[in-house]
Amino acid sequence: MKYLSEYRDPVLARSLVDRILGTATRPRVLMEVCGGQTHTIVRQGLQELLKDAVDMIHGPGCPVCVTPLEQIDRALHLASRPEVIFTSFGDMLRVPGSDADLLQIRARGGEVRVVYSPLDALEIARAHPDREVVFFAVGFETTAPANAMSVWRARELGVTNFSVLVSHVTVPPAIRAILDAPDNRVEAFLAAGHVCTVMGWREYEPLADEYAVPIVVTGFEPVDILEGIYMAVRQLEEGRAEVENQYARSVRRSGNEPAQELVARVFQLVDRAWRGIGEIPSSGLGLREEFSQFDAEKKFDLGSIRTSEPEECMAGDVLRGRIKPFECPEFGAACTPERPLGAPMVSSEGACAAYYNYARFQPEEAGEPA
Amino acid sequence: MTKAGGAPVQEPADGVSRIASAGLTCPVPAGEADRVLLGHGSGGKLSAALLRERFLPRFGNDVLEELGDAAVVNVPGDEIAVSTDSFVVSPLEFPGGNIGHLAVHGTVNDLAMMGAEPLYLTAGFILEEGLPLALLDRVLDAMKESAREAGVIVVTGDTKVVERGKADGMFINTTGIGQLDPDFRPGPTRARDGDAVIVSGPIGRHGVAIMAAREDLRFEVEVRSDTACLVPLVQALSAACGPAIRSLRDPTRGGVASALNEIAASSGVGIRLEEGSLPVPGPVRAACEMLGLDPLYVANEGILVAIVAQEEAMSALQALHSHPIGASAVRIGTVTAERPGLVLLRTGLGPSRVVDMLPGDQLPRIC
Repeated sequence: MKYLSEYRDPVLARSLVDRILGTATRPRVLMEVCGGQTHTIVRQGLQELLKDAVDMIHGPGCPVCVTPLEQIDRALHLASRPEVIFTSFGDMLRVPGSDADLLQIRARGGEVRVVYSPLDALEIARAHPDREVVFFAVGFETTAPANAMSVWRARELGVTNFSVLVSHVTVPPAIRAILDAPDNRVEAFLAAGHVCTVMGWREYEPLADEYAVPIVVTGFEPVDILEGIYMAVRQLEEGRAEVENQYARSVRRSGNEPAQELVARVFQLVDRAWRGIGEIPSSGLGLREEFSQFDAEKKFDLGSIRTSEPEECMAGDVLRGRIKPFECPEFGAACTPERPLGAPMVSSEGACAAYYNYARFQPEEAGEPA
Repeated sequence: MTKAGGAPVQEPADGVSRIASAGLTCPVPAGEADRVLLGHGSGGKLSAALLRERFLPRFGNDVLEELGDAAVVNVPGDEIAVSTDSFVVSPLEFPGGNIGHLAVHGTVNDLAMMGAEPLYLTAGFILEEGLPLALLDRVLDAMKESAREAGVIVVTGDTKVVERGKADGMFINTTGIGQLDPDFRPGPTRARDGDAVIVSGPIGRHGVAIMAAREDLRFEVEVRSDTACLVPLVQALSAACGPAIRSLRDPTRGGVASALNEIAASSGVGIRLEEGSLPVPGPVRAACEMLGLDPLYVANEGILVAIVAQEEAMSALQALHSHPIGASAVRIGTVTAERPGLVLLRTGLGPSRVVDMLPGDQLPRIC
């Protein structure tokens, strides 16, 4: 398949692995930010190929995983209301809230629908003027333009029964939070190719300068990721700290400016809590005041729903790269994809689920109880 | 049946509403309807007409036409295979088939996976008030054709009608009875170290076709359901390899991954797959990439997975290739003694990963 098979080519991948092994003079610690990249790394077993040269730490880039428990509980509350049709991307449905998930709410009679685009949710609102349609607007900068567009269109069309429960987060503040942590081990980052397709990479340049850390904008296929790792390792070995672009077939330095403009008109930067990490200043997007009629939190007065995270879940340490998923005592025991304790075990992009699903057969290396 | 010429129904010139005038003729409904009515399930004249006009002409045979409270059938042998399945697909019609094809194929294929020759089928229908009779006819036509192809006769059936909104158009349950062959008894516990793992055709087509139809997703190349009767393939395997065919599964819900996990667990063996040999058609792969799904977990309705003794693997493949729906049969892996209970996939790059059972449905990913 065009644009896929060439980036999964085993010969090309092998030669990149050899180049990485030949370049790293000591083990290097890299973090891939995006859950989609984590998925490829674990699914394809890239870590096994790079064992001695590179330690990949899986960053907080799964939007499903970092959506705070409190927002999940608010979603569950909304979905339970009889007048509401609650719409969401598919993988949010199994994310555990305090006492249920959206699939269970659906079984109890709540109307929960999976959509592939927020514009589909808007269509549902137009088709059901007697109901309140809420869309769960989660994700990084990648999903923000389409979510902004749904609100923009709703205002344009005068749709009053549509609103969004927003839990948007942005990448650069998360990278800064990781670099600021006193026990940080990460030497270089693979930035998320699709986030940068929207945002470009200008905002990463001050980070690379200030922290002297290489950042490589990277795609999602095995060859993309290996090439991104190679570029990052080469920078480290050559003592450079720049923003480089591996994903040139999709990303330009300035990004997608019309999309950025739309996002900026609908959303503004807000402080946002990340599940397992806590609040990071100016790390999220919230609706601007002029769109508050589409803000589900205001429309349904959700401010009273307050939840704190369970203490036994070490999602925060996993998402910050302090521990590997299998180093958590609950991994594979009290916490499995069937009964996830924390969100990284839920989404197939989550670091814990990725390890559980694809890497369990290496108990010796993984240290998992057999 | 629609009114001749499809002429619109005229309001009476005297202004008396049709409801009022129909009320005078109650309880006999005026004329033929083109949709299923609650009365079709009443057990009265409408029910009888439904049976007489729609079911019997298609499924008529000596046993069914007795119309007794139960069918009386001959079953050779001491043991018989019995399998039941309920069909609840939405939409009812999709590229490549309809619920009628599934209702026959699903049950006869389950019998065939036990090495049984399907003989008889029962069919229970739950129809939703308002279902177009023309659609019911198409479903029944599909069942008739599929049953003929599978060599089964429908010996008893039942129809119920529920109020509008209480069913998704129609639900069908079929139960199949099959004759077992004492010399050909594939089973999930019989896989052994070294056996070949074979699939009879391309994977993932049915699930993607249904999802595309349900969500109105358009792809450049339409994906059609693979729904098919697997009896001829099993007959070919039985004739060519006999007991060397250790296990057979039709990988429906949960896909090839779940079927192989069940065999690995039941037989206490490991299974090693080669990613490069998995027959995933381009359009299925494209759809799965877009939706964030793994084709190994997508449903199939017209392929089988066979575990075959290593020395008979080639003749099993040849036997499958002799039939059109088995033309692209291919070996995808090997049974191993290592890591019993686990299915491992060797990726194109060399490392292996676990192919686990899914906790629930596959959920499309965000990005």
